[in-house]
Amino acid sequence: MKRRLLSIQEFSKLSFQSVVTLISRPLYWRDTFDQMDSIGVGSLTIVCLTGLFTGMVLTVQTSATLDAFGARPYVGRMVSLSMIRELGPVLTALMVSGRVGSGMAAELGSMVVTQQIDAMRSLGTDPIRKLVVPRLLAGLVMVPALTVLSNAVGLIGGYLVARFTLRLATSLYWHSALDAIQVHDLFMGLAKPIVFGYIIVTVGCYQGLNTTGGTRGVGESTTQSVVTASIMILASDYFLNLLILRFVYP
Amino acid sequence: MPFPVISFQDVYYAYPGTEEYALKGITFEVTAGTTEIILGGSGSGKSTILKLVLGLIKPESGAIEVDGVDISRMEESDLMNVRAAMGMVFQEGALFDSLTVAENVGFRLTEQDQLSDEALESRVRSVLGFVDLEEFYERMPSDLSGGQRRRVALARAIAHRPQCILYDEPTTGLDPIIGSTICDLVVKLRDLEGVTSVLVTHQLRDAFQVAQSFTMIKDGQTVYNRIDDLDVLVGTEFIVLNRGEVVFRGPQRELWATDEPYVRKFLEGLLIPVARR
Repeated sequence: MKRRLLSIQEFSKLSFQSVVTLISRPLYWRDTFDQMDSIGVGSLTIVCLTGLFTGMVLTVQTSATLDAFGARPYVGRMVSLSMIRELGPVLTALMVSGRVGSGMAAELGSMVVTQQIDAMRSLGTDPIRKLVVPRLLAGLVMVPALTVLSNAVGLIGGYLVARFTLRLATSLYWHSALDAIQVHDLFMGLAKPIVFGYIIVTVGCYQGLNTTGGTRGVGESTTQSVVTASIMILASDYFLNLLILRFVYP
Repeated sequence: MPFPVISFQDVYYAYPGTEEYALKGITFEVTAGTTEIILGGSGSGKSTILKLVLGLIKPESGAIEVDGVDISRMEESDLMNVRAAMGMVFQEGALFDSLTVAENVGFRLTEQDQLSDEALESRVRSVLGFVDLEEFYERMPSDLSGGQRRRVALARAIAHRPQCILYDEPTTGLDPIIGSTICDLVVKLRDLEGVTSVLVTHQLRDAFQVAQSFTMIKDGQTVYNRIDDLDVLVGTEFIVLNRGEVVFRGPQRELWATDEPYVRKFLEGLLIPVARR
Protein backbone atom coordinates (compact mmCIF):
# COMPACT_ATOMS: atom_id res chain seq x y z
CA MET A 1 0.00 0.00 0.00
CA LYS A 2 2.82 2.34 0.99
CA ARG A 3 4.63 1.50 -2.26
CA ARG A 4 1.53 2.25 -4.34
CA LEU A 5 1.02 5.59 -2.62
CA LEU A 6 4.66 6.38 -3.22
CA SER A 7 4.23 5.52 -6.91
CA ILE A 8 1.24 7.84 -7.18
CA GLN A 9 3.25 10.59 -5.51
CA GLU A 10 6.22 10.04 -7.85
CA PHE A 11 3.96 9.93 -10.90
CA SER A 12 2.25 13.18 -9.87
CA LYS A 13 5.66 14.76 -9.30
CA LEU A 14 6.89 13.76 -12.77
CA SER A 15 3.65 14.94 -14.39
CA PHE A 16 3.86 18.30 -12.64
CA GLN A 17 7.58 18.70 -13.35
CA SER A 18 7.11 17.91 -17.03
CA VAL A 19 4.39 20.57 -17.37
CA VAL A 20 6.50 23.16 -15.50
CA THR A 21 9.49 22.32 -17.72
CA LEU A 22 7.26 22.49 -20.80
CA ILE A 23 6.52 26.15 -20.21
CA SER A 24 10.15 27.13 -19.59
CA ARG A 25 13.15 27.37 -21.91
CA PRO A 26 15.09 25.83 -23.57
CA LEU A 27 12.92 23.37 -25.48
CA TYR A 28 14.49 20.66 -27.60
CA TRP A 29 12.66 21.31 -30.87
CA ARG A 30 14.67 18.80 -32.92
CA ASP A 31 13.89 16.02 -30.43
CA THR A 32 10.25 17.15 -30.39
CA PHE A 33 9.96 16.87 -34.18
CA ASP A 34 11.66 13.46 -34.07
CA GLN A 35 9.09 12.33 -31.52
CA MET A 36 6.23 13.78 -33.58
CA ASP A 37 7.49 11.71 -36.48
CA SER A 38 7.77 8.62 -34.30
CA ILE A 39 4.36 9.04 -32.64
CA GLY A 40 2.44 10.53 -35.58
CA VAL A 41 3.85 9.11 -38.79
CA GLY A 42 4.82 5.85 -37.11
CA SER A 43 1.26 5.26 -35.90
CA LEU A 44 -0.53 6.22 -39.14
CA THR A 45 -1.10 2.68 -40.41
CA ILE A 46 -2.37 1.20 -37.17
CA VAL A 47 -4.62 4.20 -36.44
CA CYS A 48 -6.06 4.30 -39.97
CA LEU A 49 -6.79 0.58 -39.94
CA THR A 50 -8.42 0.86 -36.52
CA GLY A 51 -10.57 3.78 -37.67
CA LEU A 52 -11.51 2.07 -40.94
CA PHE A 53 -12.68 -1.18 -39.40
CA THR A 54 -14.40 0.56 -36.49
CA GLY A 55 -16.41 2.71 -38.92
CA MET A 56 -17.26 -0.34 -41.02
CA VAL A 57 -18.35 -2.51 -38.12
CA LEU A 58 -20.33 0.37 -36.60
CA THR A 59 -22.28 0.70 -39.85
CA VAL A 60 -23.00 -3.01 -40.03
CA GLN A 61 -24.07 -3.21 -36.39
CA THR A 62 -26.18 -0.05 -36.21
CA SER A 63 -27.90 -0.64 -39.55
CA ALA A 64 -29.39 -3.87 -38.23
CA THR A 65 -30.96 -1.98 -35.32
CA LEU A 66 -31.98 1.04 -37.37
CA ASP A 67 -33.63 -1.17 -39.99
CA ALA A 68 -36.03 -2.40 -37.34
CA PHE A 69 -37.38 1.18 -37.11
CA GLY A 70 -37.04 1.93 -40.82
CA ALA A 71 -34.29 4.41 -40.01
CA ARG A 72 -31.45 3.10 -42.18
CA PRO A 73 -30.78 6.60 -43.68
CA TYR A 74 -29.65 7.72 -40.22
CA VAL A 75 -26.77 5.29 -40.15
CA GLY A 76 -24.33 8.08 -41.11
CA ARG A 77 -25.41 10.08 -38.07
CA MET A 78 -24.83 7.13 -35.79
CA VAL A 79 -21.38 6.47 -37.22
CA SER A 80 -20.19 10.08 -37.16
CA LEU A 81 -21.34 10.83 -33.61
CA SER A 82 -20.05 7.53 -32.24
CA MET A 83 -16.71 7.95 -33.93
CA ILE A 84 -16.12 11.62 -33.10
CA ARG A 85 -17.42 11.64 -29.54
CA GLU A 86 -16.29 8.28 -28.29
CA LEU A 87 -14.75 5.53 -30.37
CA GLY A 88 -12.30 7.61 -32.38
CA PRO A 89 -10.57 9.21 -29.35
CA VAL A 90 -10.63 6.10 -27.14
CA LEU A 91 -9.59 3.50 -29.70
CA THR A 92 -6.89 5.76 -31.15
CA ALA A 93 -5.53 6.40 -27.67
CA LEU A 94 -5.53 2.70 -26.81
CA MET A 95 -3.71 1.88 -30.05
CA VAL A 96 -1.14 4.66 -29.57
CA SER A 97 -0.68 3.59 -25.97
CA GLY A 98 0.09 0.04 -27.09
CA ARG A 99 2.48 1.14 -29.77
CA VAL A 100 4.06 4.36 -28.49
CA GLY A 101 3.60 4.31 -24.70
CA SER A 102 5.16 0.87 -24.46
CA GLY A 103 8.00 1.98 -26.75
CA MET A 104 8.70 4.99 -24.54
CA ALA A 105 8.76 2.82 -21.42
CA ALA A 106 11.10 0.32 -23.10
CA GLU A 107 13.45 2.98 -24.47
CA LEU A 108 13.72 4.99 -21.26
CA GLY A 109 13.83 1.80 -19.18
CA SER A 110 16.79 0.55 -21.22
CA MET A 111 18.49 3.91 -20.74
CA VAL A 112 18.00 3.60 -16.97
CA VAL A 113 19.39 0.07 -16.66
CA THR A 114 22.41 0.90 -18.85
CA GLN A 115 23.06 4.05 -16.76
CA GLN A 116 22.48 6.37 -19.71
CA ILE A 117 20.10 8.49 -17.62
CA ASP A 118 22.75 8.83 -14.89
CA ALA A 119 25.31 9.67 -17.60
CA MET A 120 22.99 12.34 -18.97
CA ARG A 121 22.56 13.90 -15.53
CA SER A 122 26.28 13.74 -14.88
CA LEU A 123 26.81 15.61 -18.16
CA GLY A 124 24.60 18.42 -16.88
CA THR A 125 21.44 17.67 -18.87
CA ASP A 126 18.04 17.34 -17.24
CA PRO A 127 16.44 14.07 -18.48
CA ILE A 128 12.94 15.49 -18.01
CA ARG A 129 13.71 18.43 -20.29
CA LYS A 130 15.64 16.34 -22.81
CA LEU A 131 13.55 13.15 -22.88
CA VAL A 132 10.11 13.69 -21.34
CA VAL A 133 9.13 17.16 -22.55
CA PRO A 134 9.72 16.50 -26.29
CA ARG A 135 7.62 13.34 -25.99
CA LEU A 136 4.92 15.20 -24.09
CA LEU A 137 4.73 18.01 -26.65
CA ALA A 138 4.64 15.47 -29.47
CA GLY A 139 1.92 13.46 -27.70
CA LEU A 140 -0.23 16.54 -27.05
CA VAL A 141 -0.10 17.46 -30.74
CA MET A 142 -0.05 14.09 -32.49
CA VAL A 143 -2.68 12.11 -30.53
CA PRO A 144 -5.43 14.67 -31.40
CA ALA A 145 -4.17 14.77 -35.00
CA LEU A 146 -4.26 10.97 -35.24
CA THR A 147 -7.74 10.97 -33.70
CA VAL A 148 -9.02 13.40 -36.34
CA LEU A 149 -7.53 11.16 -39.02
CA SER A 150 -9.01 8.05 -37.43
CA ASN A 151 -12.43 9.71 -37.34
CA ALA A 152 -12.18 10.66 -40.99
CA VAL A 153 -11.11 7.18 -42.06
CA GLY A 154 -13.85 5.70 -39.85
CA LEU A 155 -16.46 7.80 -41.62
CA ILE A 156 -15.10 6.69 -44.98
CA GLY A 157 -15.17 3.05 -43.83
CA GLY A 158 -18.77 3.53 -42.73
CA TYR A 159 -19.59 5.07 -46.08
CA LEU A 160 -18.07 2.14 -48.00
CA VAL A 161 -20.25 -0.36 -46.11
CA ALA A 162 -23.33 1.89 -46.33
CA ARG A 163 -22.89 2.39 -50.06
CA PHE A 164 -21.83 -1.04 -51.24
CA THR A 165 -23.43 -3.39 -48.70
CA LEU A 166 -26.48 -1.48 -47.47
CA ARG A 167 -27.06 0.20 -50.86
CA LEU A 168 -27.53 3.61 -49.24
CA ALA A 169 -27.21 6.69 -51.46
CA THR A 170 -23.92 8.59 -51.10
CA SER A 171 -25.59 11.94 -50.43
CA LEU A 172 -27.92 10.43 -47.85
CA TYR A 173 -25.01 8.98 -45.85
CA TRP A 174 -22.85 12.10 -45.89
CA HIS A 175 -25.74 14.52 -45.21
CA SER A 176 -26.78 12.44 -42.25
CA ALA A 177 -23.20 12.07 -41.02
CA LEU A 178 -22.13 15.70 -41.32
CA ASP A 179 -25.40 17.39 -40.31
CA ALA A 180 -25.32 15.58 -36.98
CA ILE A 181 -21.99 17.04 -35.93
CA GLN A 182 -22.21 20.11 -33.67
CA VAL A 183 -19.43 22.33 -32.31
CA HIS A 184 -19.62 20.71 -28.87
CA ASP A 185 -19.12 17.30 -30.47
CA LEU A 186 -15.94 18.55 -32.07
CA PHE A 187 -14.87 20.01 -28.73
CA MET A 188 -15.41 16.66 -27.04
CA GLY A 189 -13.63 14.87 -29.87
CA LEU A 190 -10.56 17.11 -29.52
CA ALA A 191 -10.46 17.62 -25.74
CA LYS A 192 -10.35 13.91 -25.01
CA PRO A 193 -7.31 13.05 -27.16
CA ILE A 194 -5.32 15.90 -25.60
CA VAL A 195 -5.90 14.38 -22.16
CA PHE A 196 -5.24 10.88 -23.51
CA GLY A 197 -1.99 12.03 -25.16
CA TYR A 198 -0.87 13.46 -21.83
CA ILE A 199 -1.72 10.18 -20.06
CA ILE A 200 0.07 7.99 -22.64
CA VAL A 201 3.30 10.00 -22.49
CA THR A 202 3.48 10.63 -18.76
CA VAL A 203 2.67 7.00 -17.90
CA GLY A 204 5.15 5.65 -20.48
CA CYS A 205 7.91 8.00 -19.31
CA TYR A 206 7.20 7.39 -15.62
CA GLN A 207 7.32 3.62 -16.03
CA GLY A 208 10.49 3.86 -18.11
CA LEU A 209 12.33 6.22 -15.80
CA ASN A 210 11.44 4.14 -12.75
CA THR A 211 12.62 0.84 -14.19
CA THR A 212 14.54 -1.38 -11.82
CA GLY A 213 15.85 -4.92 -12.10
CA GLY A 214 17.74 -4.97 -15.39
CA THR A 215 16.31 -6.21 -18.66
CA ARG A 216 13.52 -8.09 -16.88
CA GLY A 217 12.51 -4.79 -15.32
CA VAL A 218 12.34 -3.21 -18.77
CA GLY A 219 9.81 -5.86 -19.83
CA GLU A 220 7.75 -5.27 -16.70
CA SER A 221 7.79 -1.49 -17.20
CA THR A 222 6.65 -1.92 -20.79
CA THR A 223 3.72 -4.13 -19.83
CA GLN A 224 2.83 -1.94 -16.88
CA SER A 225 2.83 1.21 -19.01
CA VAL A 226 0.25 -0.25 -21.42
CA VAL A 227 -1.95 -1.62 -18.64
CA THR A 228 -1.85 1.57 -16.56
CA ALA A 229 -2.34 3.92 -19.51
CA SER A 230 -5.24 1.85 -20.87
CA ILE A 231 -7.06 1.85 -17.55
CA MET A 232 -6.40 5.57 -17.06
CA ILE A 233 -7.67 6.32 -20.58
CA LEU A 234 -10.91 4.41 -20.04
CA ALA A 235 -11.47 5.85 -16.56
CA SER A 236 -10.69 9.42 -17.58
CA ASP A 237 -12.96 8.99 -20.63
CA TYR A 238 -15.91 8.37 -18.32
CA PHE A 239 -15.17 11.41 -16.18
CA LEU A 240 -14.45 13.60 -19.20
CA ASN A 241 -17.83 12.59 -20.62
CA LEU A 242 -19.53 13.61 -17.40
CA LEU A 243 -17.69 16.93 -17.31
CA ILE A 244 -18.18 17.86 -20.94
CA LEU A 245 -21.82 16.79 -21.03
CA ARG A 246 -22.41 18.82 -17.85
CA PHE A 247 -20.59 22.02 -18.80
CA VAL A 248 -20.29 22.16 -22.58
CA TYR A 249 -23.44 20.60 -23.98
CA PRO A 250 -26.55 22.77 -23.97
CA MET B 1 48.35 23.21 1.45
CA PRO B 2 46.19 21.68 -1.31
CA PHE B 3 42.46 22.03 -0.66
CA PRO B 4 40.08 19.06 -0.82
CA VAL B 5 38.20 18.78 -4.09
CA ILE B 6 35.90 16.13 -2.60
CA SER B 7 35.11 15.76 1.08
CA PHE B 8 32.88 13.15 2.79
CA GLN B 9 32.03 13.66 6.46
CA ASP B 10 30.28 10.77 8.25
CA VAL B 11 28.07 9.94 5.27
CA TYR B 12 25.30 7.36 5.57
CA TYR B 13 23.22 6.12 2.66
CA ALA B 14 20.52 3.46 2.22
CA TYR B 15 18.94 2.61 -1.14
CA PRO B 16 15.17 3.26 -1.31
CA GLY B 17 13.15 0.30 -0.09
CA THR B 18 16.05 -1.25 1.84
CA GLU B 19 16.60 -1.28 5.57
CA GLU B 20 20.35 -1.78 5.56
CA TYR B 21 22.76 1.07 4.94
CA ALA B 22 24.84 0.75 1.77
CA LEU B 23 27.32 3.24 3.25
CA LYS B 24 28.00 3.69 6.96
CA GLY B 25 29.84 6.70 8.29
CA ILE B 26 32.09 7.26 5.29
CA THR B 27 34.70 9.97 5.85
CA PHE B 28 37.50 10.87 3.45
CA GLU B 29 38.94 13.72 1.41
CA VAL B 30 40.45 13.89 -2.06
CA THR B 31 42.86 16.77 -2.55
CA ALA B 32 43.47 18.51 -5.87
CA GLY B 33 45.74 16.66 -8.28
CA THR B 34 45.73 13.38 -6.36
CA THR B 35 44.23 9.97 -7.10
CA GLU B 36 41.99 8.14 -4.68
CA ILE B 37 41.59 4.44 -5.44
CA ILE B 38 38.55 2.82 -3.85
CA LEU B 39 38.79 -0.96 -3.56
CA GLY B 40 36.22 -3.44 -2.35
CA GLY B 41 34.19 -6.48 -3.30
CA SER B 42 30.86 -6.49 -5.10
CA GLY B 43 28.16 -4.70 -3.12
CA SER B 44 30.61 -2.94 -0.81
CA GLY B 45 29.29 0.51 -1.80
CA LYS B 46 32.10 1.70 -4.08
CA SER B 47 29.92 2.91 -6.96
CA THR B 48 27.45 4.47 -4.52
CA ILE B 49 30.22 6.85 -3.40
CA LEU B 50 30.68 8.09 -6.97
CA LYS B 51 26.93 8.62 -7.39
CA LEU B 52 26.92 10.65 -4.18
CA VAL B 53 29.84 12.78 -5.40
CA LEU B 54 27.87 13.67 -8.52
CA GLY B 55 24.67 14.30 -6.58
CA LEU B 56 22.84 11.56 -8.50
CA ILE B 57 21.63 10.31 -5.11
CA LYS B 58 21.42 12.12 -1.78
CA PRO B 59 22.84 10.89 1.54
CA GLU B 60 20.63 10.04 4.52
CA SER B 61 22.96 11.97 6.78
CA GLY B 62 26.42 13.51 6.80
CA ALA B 63 27.95 16.13 4.53
CA ILE B 64 29.46 15.91 1.05
CA GLU B 65 31.44 18.86 -0.23
CA VAL B 66 32.70 19.33 -3.76
CA ASP B 67 35.07 22.23 -4.26
CA GLY B 68 34.08 23.48 -0.80
CA VAL B 69 30.35 23.54 -1.60
CA ASP B 70 27.99 21.30 0.36
CA ILE B 71 26.01 19.33 -2.21
CA SER B 72 24.24 16.93 0.13
CA ARG B 73 20.96 18.87 0.12
CA MET B 74 21.40 20.77 -3.13
CA GLU B 75 18.59 21.04 -5.72
CA GLU B 76 19.04 19.25 -9.07
CA SER B 77 19.21 22.54 -10.99
CA ASP B 78 22.07 23.80 -8.77
CA LEU B 79 23.91 20.50 -9.05
CA MET B 80 24.35 21.08 -12.79
CA ASN B 81 27.02 23.71 -12.00
CA VAL B 82 28.84 21.31 -9.66
CA ARG B 83 28.82 18.58 -12.31
CA ALA B 84 30.34 20.99 -14.84
CA ALA B 85 33.70 20.59 -13.10
CA MET B 86 33.48 16.80 -13.11
CA GLY B 87 33.51 13.93 -15.53
CA MET B 88 32.49 10.35 -14.98
CA VAL B 89 33.29 7.11 -16.74
CA PHE B 90 30.46 4.69 -16.01
CA GLN B 91 30.59 0.91 -15.82
CA GLU B 92 30.09 -0.44 -19.36
CA GLY B 93 30.52 3.11 -20.69
CA ALA B 94 26.83 4.14 -20.63
CA LEU B 95 27.11 5.62 -24.12
CA PHE B 96 23.91 6.98 -25.68
CA ASP B 97 22.86 4.25 -28.15
CA SER B 98 21.03 6.58 -30.51
CA LEU B 99 23.96 9.00 -30.95
CA THR B 100 27.18 8.57 -32.93
CA VAL B 101 30.56 8.44 -31.22
CA ALA B 102 31.13 12.11 -32.09
CA GLU B 103 27.71 13.12 -30.74
CA ASN B 104 28.35 11.17 -27.56
CA VAL B 105 31.72 12.80 -27.01
CA GLY B 106 30.40 16.26 -27.87
CA PHE B 107 27.16 15.82 -25.89
CA ARG B 108 28.01 18.17 -23.08
CA LEU B 109 29.66 20.69 -25.37
CA THR B 110 26.54 20.77 -27.54
CA GLU B 111 24.14 20.98 -24.62
CA GLN B 112 25.92 23.43 -22.36
CA ASP B 113 28.65 25.31 -24.19
CA GLN B 114 27.71 27.38 -27.17
CA LEU B 115 30.59 26.28 -29.40
CA SER B 116 30.72 26.86 -33.14
CA ASP B 117 30.47 23.72 -35.29
CA GLU B 118 34.16 23.98 -36.20
CA ALA B 119 35.26 24.40 -32.58
CA LEU B 120 33.03 21.51 -31.52
CA GLU B 121 34.39 19.15 -34.19
CA SER B 122 37.95 20.18 -33.41
CA ARG B 123 37.52 19.47 -29.68
CA VAL B 124 35.76 16.15 -30.30
CA ARG B 125 38.48 15.02 -32.72
CA SER B 126 41.11 16.12 -30.23
CA VAL B 127 39.72 14.04 -27.34
CA LEU B 128 39.05 11.08 -29.62
CA GLY B 129 42.68 11.36 -30.68
CA PHE B 130 43.67 11.34 -26.99
CA VAL B 131 42.02 7.93 -26.59
CA ASP B 132 43.30 6.84 -30.01
CA LEU B 133 39.87 6.48 -31.62
CA GLU B 134 39.67 9.40 -34.03
CA GLU B 135 38.82 7.14 -36.96
CA PHE B 136 35.62 6.07 -35.12
CA TYR B 137 34.19 9.60 -35.26
CA GLU B 138 31.07 8.71 -37.29
CA ARG B 139 30.48 5.21 -35.88
CA MET B 140 27.58 4.18 -33.67
CA PRO B 141 28.30 2.77 -30.18
CA SER B 142 26.86 -0.59 -31.25
CA ASP B 143 29.73 -0.91 -33.76
CA LEU B 144 32.37 -0.68 -31.01
CA SER B 145 34.01 -3.35 -28.89
CA GLY B 146 33.83 -3.22 -25.08
CA GLY B 147 37.26 -1.60 -24.77
CA GLN B 148 36.49 0.96 -27.45
CA ARG B 149 33.24 1.87 -25.72
CA ARG B 150 35.13 2.53 -22.47
CA ARG B 151 37.63 4.71 -24.31
CA VAL B 152 34.80 6.69 -25.95
CA ALA B 153 33.22 7.03 -22.50
CA LEU B 154 36.53 8.37 -21.23
CA ALA B 155 36.69 10.81 -24.14
CA ARG B 156 33.15 11.97 -23.34
CA ALA B 157 34.08 12.46 -19.69
CA ILE B 158 37.08 14.67 -20.50
CA ALA B 159 35.64 16.61 -23.46
CA HIS B 160 34.64 19.60 -21.31
CA ARG B 161 38.02 19.63 -19.51
CA PRO B 162 36.80 18.69 -16.00
CA GLN B 163 39.04 19.24 -12.97
CA CYS B 164 38.05 15.89 -11.48
CA ILE B 165 37.23 12.54 -13.10
CA LEU B 166 35.41 9.65 -11.48
CA TYR B 167 36.02 6.15 -12.86
CA ASP B 168 33.49 3.46 -12.02
CA GLU B 169 35.09 0.07 -12.67
CA PRO B 170 36.55 1.22 -16.01
CA THR B 171 38.27 -2.10 -16.73
CA THR B 172 35.65 -4.59 -15.53
CA GLY B 173 34.84 -7.19 -18.16
CA LEU B 174 37.78 -6.27 -20.37
CA ASP B 175 40.72 -8.53 -21.17
CA PRO B 176 44.01 -7.64 -19.39
CA ILE B 177 45.57 -5.96 -22.44
CA ILE B 178 42.60 -3.65 -23.09
CA GLY B 179 42.27 -3.08 -19.33
CA SER B 180 45.90 -2.03 -19.24
CA THR B 181 45.28 0.43 -22.11
CA ILE B 182 42.45 2.01 -20.12
CA CYS B 183 44.72 2.29 -17.05
CA ASP B 184 47.38 3.97 -19.18
CA LEU B 185 44.79 6.53 -20.25
CA VAL B 186 43.89 7.18 -16.61
CA VAL B 187 47.57 7.73 -15.83
CA LYS B 188 48.00 9.91 -18.91
CA LEU B 189 45.08 12.11 -17.88
CA ARG B 190 46.40 12.43 -14.35
CA ASP B 191 50.00 13.19 -15.30
CA LEU B 192 49.59 15.19 -18.50
CA GLU B 193 46.29 16.98 -17.81
CA GLY B 194 46.65 17.25 -14.03
CA VAL B 195 43.12 16.11 -13.21
CA THR B 196 42.08 14.82 -9.80
CA SER B 197 40.84 11.23 -10.03
CA VAL B 198 38.71 8.84 -8.03
CA LEU B 199 39.06 5.29 -9.32
CA VAL B 200 36.65 2.62 -8.16
CA THR B 201 37.69 -0.93 -8.91
CA HIS B 202 37.90 -4.41 -7.49
CA GLN B 203 40.81 -5.33 -9.75
CA LEU B 204 44.04 -5.01 -7.77
CA ARG B 205 46.24 -5.34 -10.83
CA ASP B 206 44.66 -2.24 -12.40
CA ALA B 207 44.71 -0.32 -9.13
CA PHE B 208 48.43 -0.90 -8.67
CA GLN B 209 49.16 -0.13 -12.32
CA VAL B 210 47.51 3.28 -11.90
CA ALA B 211 49.25 3.87 -8.56
CA GLN B 212 52.73 2.86 -9.70
CA SER B 213 52.83 4.22 -13.27
CA PHE B 214 53.69 7.66 -14.47
CA THR B 215 53.85 9.16 -17.90
CA MET B 216 55.65 11.99 -19.65
CA ILE B 217 56.14 13.36 -23.12
CA LYS B 218 59.58 12.55 -24.51
CA ASP B 219 60.56 13.56 -28.04
CA GLY B 220 56.90 14.08 -28.87
CA GLN B 221 55.98 10.57 -27.71
CA THR B 222 54.03 9.56 -24.61
CA VAL B 223 56.31 7.42 -22.48
CA TYR B 224 55.04 5.23 -19.61
CA ASN B 225 57.23 4.22 -16.67
CA ARG B 226 56.65 2.14 -13.58
CA ILE B 227 57.88 2.85 -10.04
CA ASP B 228 58.52 -0.22 -7.95
CA ASP B 229 59.81 1.61 -4.86
CA LEU B 230 56.60 2.11 -2.86
CA ASP B 231 58.25 4.67 -0.57
CA VAL B 232 58.52 7.26 -3.33
CA LEU B 233 54.89 6.97 -4.43
CA VAL B 234 52.98 10.14 -3.62
CA GLY B 235 49.63 11.51 -4.61
CA THR B 236 47.81 8.17 -4.64
CA GLU B 237 45.81 6.88 -1.72
CA PHE B 238 43.80 3.70 -1.27
CA ILE B 239 40.46 3.23 0.46
CA VAL B 240 39.16 -0.28 1.08
CA LEU B 241 35.43 -0.70 1.67
CA ASN B 242 33.74 -3.67 3.28
CA ARG B 243 29.94 -3.75 3.55
CA GLY B 244 29.66 0.01 3.33
CA GLU B 245 32.40 0.80 5.85
CA VAL B 246 35.93 2.07 5.32
CA VAL B 247 38.24 -0.62 6.69
CA PHE B 248 41.49 0.89 5.40
CA ARG B 249 42.72 4.22 4.18
CA GLY B 250 46.31 5.02 3.31
CA PRO B 251 49.11 4.78 0.74
CA GLN B 252 50.06 1.58 -1.09
CA ARG B 253 52.97 0.79 1.24
CA GLU B 254 50.62 0.80 4.25
CA LEU B 255 48.05 -1.21 2.32
CA TRP B 256 50.54 -4.06 1.94
CA ALA B 257 51.57 -3.80 5.60
CA THR B 258 48.13 -3.69 7.21
CA ASP B 259 46.81 -6.56 9.35
CA GLU B 260 43.15 -5.72 8.75
CA PRO B 261 41.63 -9.17 7.98
CA TYR B 262 39.37 -8.08 5.09
CA VAL B 263 42.20 -6.19 3.40
CA ARG B 264 44.50 -9.18 3.84
CA LYS B 265 41.90 -11.46 2.24
CA PHE B 266 41.38 -8.95 -0.54
CA LEU B 267 45.10 -8.69 -1.24
CA GLU B 268 45.51 -12.43 -1.20
CA GLY B 269 42.74 -12.73 -3.76
CA LEU B 270 40.62 -14.77 -1.37
CA LEU B 271 37.63 -12.46 -1.41
CA ILE B 272 34.47 -14.34 -2.33
CA PRO B 273 31.91 -12.11 -4.06
CA VAL B 274 28.97 -11.28 -1.80
CA ALA B 275 26.46 -12.80 -4.27
CA ARG B 276 28.07 -16.25 -3.91
CA ARG B 277 28.21 -16.37 -0.13
